[in-house]
Amino acid sequence: MATRYFGVAMKRREDPRFITGRGTYVDDLALPGLVYAAMVRSPHAHARIKAIHKEKALQHPGVIAVFTGKDMVDSGVKSLPCGWLLPGMKLPPHYPMAVDKVRHVGEIVAVVIAQDRYTAEDAAELVEVEYEPLPAVADGAKALQPGAPAVHDEAPDNVCFRWSIGDREKTDEAFRRAHRTVKVELVNQRLIPNAIEPRAAMAQYNPATDEYTLWVTSQNPHVHRLLLAAFVLGIPEHKLRVISPDVGGGFGSKIFVYPEETIVTWATKQVGRPVKWTARRRESFVSDAHGRDHITEAELAVDEKGKILGMRVKTIANLGAYLSTFAPAIPTYLYGTLLSGQYEIPTIYCEVTGVFTHTTPVDAYRGAGRPEATYVVERLMDVMARELGEDPAEFRRKNFIPPDKFPYQTPVALQYDSGNYEGALNKALEVIRYKELRQQQEELRKQGRYIGIGFSCYIEACGIAPSQVVGSLGAQAGLWESALVRVHPTGKVTVYTGSHTHGQGHETAFAQIVADELGIPIEDVEIIHGDTGSVPFGMGTYGSRSAPVGGSAIVLSLQKIKEKARKIAAHLLEAAEEDVVFEDGKFYVKGVPDRFKTFQEVALQAYLAHNYPPGLEPGLEASSFYDPKNFTFPFGTHIAVVDVDPETGKVKILRYVAVDDAGRIINPLIAEGQVHGGIAQGIGQALLEGAVYDENAQLLSASLLDYALPRADDLPSFEIDHTVTPCPHNPLGVKGIGETGTIAATAAVVNAVMDALTPFGIRHIDMPLTPEKIWRAIREARAA
Amino acid sequence: MYPASFNYYRAMTLQEALNLLRQHPEAKVLAGGHSLIPLMKLRLANPPALVDIGRIAELKGIRRADGTVVIGALTTHREVEFSEELKQWCPLLPEVAAHIGDPPVRNMGTIGGSLAHADPAADYPAAMLALGATMKAVGPGGERMIAADEFFLGMLTTALQPGEILTEVHVPVLGKGTGWAYEKFPHPASRYAVVGVAVVVRVENGICREARIGITGAAPRAFRATNVEQALAGKRLDEATVRAATENMVSPEGLLSDPFASAAYRAHLCAVLTRRALLRAAERAG
Amino acid sequence: MKVPVTVTVNGQVYQREVEPRLLLVHFIREVLGLTGTHVGCDTSQCGACVVLMDGKAVKSCTVFAVQADGAQITTIEGLARNGQLHPLQEGFWEMHGLQCGFCTPGMILAAYDLLQRNPNPTDEEIRHALEGNYCRCTGYHNIVRAVRYAAEKLRVQA
Repeated sequence: MATRYFGVAMKRREDPRFITGRGTYVDDLALPGLVYAAMVRSPHAHARIKAIHKEKALQHPGVIAVFTGKDMVDSGVKSLPCGWLLPGMKLPPHYPMAVDKVRHVGEIVAVVIAQDRYTAEDAAELVEVEYEPLPAVADGAKALQPGAPAVHDEAPDNVCFRWSIGDREKTDEAFRRAHRTVKVELVNQRLIPNAIEPRAAMAQYNPATDEYTLWVTSQNPHVHRLLLAAFVLGIPEHKLRVISPDVGGGFGSKIFVYPEETIVTWATKQVGRPVKWTARRRESFVSDAHGRDHITEAELAVDEKGKILGMRVKTIANLGAYLSTFAPAIPTYLYGTLLSGQYEIPTIYCEVTGVFTHTTPVDAYRGAGRPEATYVVERLMDVMARELGEDPAEFRRKNFIPPDKFPYQTPVALQYDSGNYEGALNKALEVIRYKELRQQQEELRKQGRYIGIGFSCYIEACGIAPSQVVGSLGAQAGLWESALVRVHPTGKVTVYTGSHTHGQGHETAFAQIVADELGIPIEDVEIIHGDTGSVPFGMGTYGSRSAPVGGSAIVLSLQKIKEKARKIAAHLLEAAEEDVVFEDGKFYVKGVPDRFKTFQEVALQAYLAHNYPPGLEPGLEASSFYDPKNFTFPFGTHIAVVDVDPETGKVKILRYVAVDDAGRIINPLIAEGQVHGGIAQGIGQALLEGAVYDENAQLLSASLLDYALPRADDLPSFEIDHTVTPCPHNPLGVKGIGETGTIAATAAVVNAVMDALTPFGIRHIDMPLTPEKIWRAIREARAA
Repeated sequence: MYPASFNYYRAMTLQEALNLLRQHPEAKVLAGGHSLIPLMKLRLANPPALVDIGRIAELKGIRRADGTVVIGALTTHREVEFSEELKQWCPLLPEVAAHIGDPPVRNMGTIGGSLAHADPAADYPAAMLALGATMKAVGPGGERMIAADEFFLGMLTTALQPGEILTEVHVPVLGKGTGWAYEKFPHPASRYAVVGVAVVVRVENGICREARIGITGAAPRAFRATNVEQALAGKRLDEATVRAATENMVSPEGLLSDPFASAAYRAHLCAVLTRRALLRAAERAG
Repeated sequence: MKVPVTVTVNGQVYQREVEPRLLLVHFIREVLGLTGTHVGCDTSQCGACVVLMDGKAVKSCTVFAVQADGAQITTIEGLARNGQLHPLQEGFWEMHGLQCGFCTPGMILAAYDLLQRNPNPTDEEIRHALEGNYCRCTGYHNIVRAVRYAAEKLRVQA
């Protein structure tokens, strides 16, 4: 098949609506009779609810209703479910609104429904809640100390789970016979996702049909429907339609089923009017699931030649006050399994303690576990290289898994599909002109300028799968993807994909695949997503799974379409089926290319069925569910170059080089865009972002005035390159590219800053690397 | 995001504004709104009434009266930033204005509004102190001039009396031999000044005759670094002298502290930024 | 209390009675139904709500509708003329300057303000001029290229 679209940097087909202001996000929607919900949220991190007085709010003009958690539970609403269970894990209930106690700042205690947003906000202030404040704990390590306030009666020691992976004894033994070992203590700080579109939900109930429609900012509307209908609200699944229209970024935070959409879906029936809620940014800060929040001790052991013997990791993972939808999976199966990085490590042992605290729940945020793992591995590699006096690039190279060892079985469960790590490293070194740069660094140091070069050679596991395996690990869902391809009588094609785009450009990239496979113009292809009313089923978009899993599902359906179309064409051409060839949108008899039927002619005949193969059903559409054989493993090398002002501690990023390998690339323009955005978020974590809770578990970084997101002038332009090592086990040869930047960048930047600070003897500073922290470290180093 | 209700009164002349403030003593003055509206959206300020002075023509414009530049209170940060006149007459102000907020904020925010609000991390107060500016306030009892040194009383508190409106800012024309600079260390999230240092130096034959240093962001109100000013008078503004004069110039005691920057770090930044600003100003003074 | 306002948006005159507390962004989105202008934060920082008021970029979440009485407003819906995309719109499309699209209208209008003042900005000037507009998707890399594209095109046109 001649490639016409695959691999082409096409500009996006979805863009015209966005650049003209005609995108349709949830908050843009309006319905006749629409009313608005405002949430009354707890100002306390931990308190008993003694009473809630609705009267004043109800008397406020324009207020339609006020509901509390008790109202919902009394009407049969259940706890929000957790979609990943670990053995022995504690699973306390999580009601959409607090019933007896509040357990984090921002937890919802009541909802006010009023005729407009301003009135709802006015009345929310009039709901009087009597609290009995209780002691609270925000820090994961402190929550484990004896006597720490318990978040749930079900877990008096605040331990949700203890999990481990790898061979403990073998690893201890490796450390006993090691030539050299290093140990680092790392905090991977809590992040607040901050998609620029705040979460929103609008629900409508139709009493005539007993049907609900929910429009929600969701990365996976079918998952939302299943969980809300079957587990929480007790609505028959076929009576709830979930639509996720244009969504303004997700980064994981819009995967989960949240209290707010539950409340509006429930409340719309109570008030008999459509109800909408849109988060104010300050609500996003306390109610969107946070990310990361690990405290880790990690050790690495090497032999005399500097070859790694083993790794030992101990992590406390802060889960927040309740278990968000996929919370237990993130610091376990998406973290511990990645600790081998790009390296041959004979033995690894990792144990993780999942802890409840009086904070906003923590779940997947871009990268989800894998940035945490990469940070541990790549910091260890740097610290060890320095300990051994070796160049950080060469120390890594020496320990890489060589290209001839794939598929490679790590000691932490995963089997890497393909890789050429040295290829990516070499390319990155070449782009950055490493040798010159090191010389320049030397010279600048003599002038009192401190630049640093930092590496991150990362591995990612994405397209999480297969269903049977993840099921055995605790997933409560299958992790396939579906695609329905419908060919219309004119040969135009509509694809219904279970993947969801909220910036990733599926409407373009998926259409490129379809147009190539069917040999039709891309204009003839429409990609539909985000509506349980039209898409048969879907698992949605997260974990960089859309191209490898969602794209593969489309390919399977296209193969079925082509098989059937070939039968019809053979009949029309009066040829044997096996003699018919399909190329460039035409079916022809092998060796006789001018005797052909176009794809469009065949499509028409599929629906006319006048001149038709006997016994064949009319119509031309196919549905597929693709369940991958394995994860796929993108990899690469990122290098950051920074300049540290030793006087103020301020870091400036001078250059950033990324060489990624995500297999075959469908659309380089989109793929590079994904890398750019990922890097920005990784740099954000390294230098700027971080949730700050005080001793009473009050969130101090609760607005964009306090929590710093990267702005245009905080970042450099990025230097992007790639290598191509196709995925051997999916039909497109693609890996995922949505998270690589975030997984790689954090470690690259921190390693660069530590490299810059080498002359001061500074080994580690926890993120975010704010100017004051660097200034203090330098001051202390100078004093010592 | 949704301010509480208020009554709205629009004044088209200064006299009308003063009358409205007399009739509605509980009202706040609305100019560009970029200090007040953010607080109202978070319901940290819930004024029952606003008197909108944004359209009063007599409060607009930049003009020169002898050695003084008169800036109307409604002059936006953007107008200051790009004013060709100010670039000639008092170039410190365009340099400072370019650091305020971001371009859309500067298109709406006004110099009078910012000064009357007296946010401890706002940029202009440092400049006003360094320039020895004077604020003109008009109230029920007539008009009066308030020196910058007497204007900033504390966190969000100025010498303006209830019923008074800040109408003009008077700054000196910076003549030959005068150098200026503004050094700002912005908070990465809010972009307000963690520390901002504005400096004006008058140099004759290489000797500093007068230095005025205004510091914002560090303390609950903007203040002058008089110890450094005095230490430098009569001295050459070379690196060593300036470094000596600025080292440990501020004690952390009484300075602001937040998760991003402690009082000790702010004190350190005061010294670094003051030194950098002085050296840049000295170079400009020639 | 309700106050009459007359605002010209994208060339069309609208007269409405509004509560004084109604923010311009809500006036545009909810009273006029022009939903291309977005709300991304509540502290006047993200810039998703940027519109042109009398030709200058302003954050419409930090302006009361009553302050815009008599003003000329341009929103993203009014930027293309006669079906012809503005070079900035074109630039964002060509250079992949957007992903989720939520910040895009504000970003384009803030860039419009820049190019009016500075038809030939450096990358650094572009980044500086857009510091009041957050994008969480693109890392700004392609936004800078998009603005550069538009600047070049506008210079050629002029």
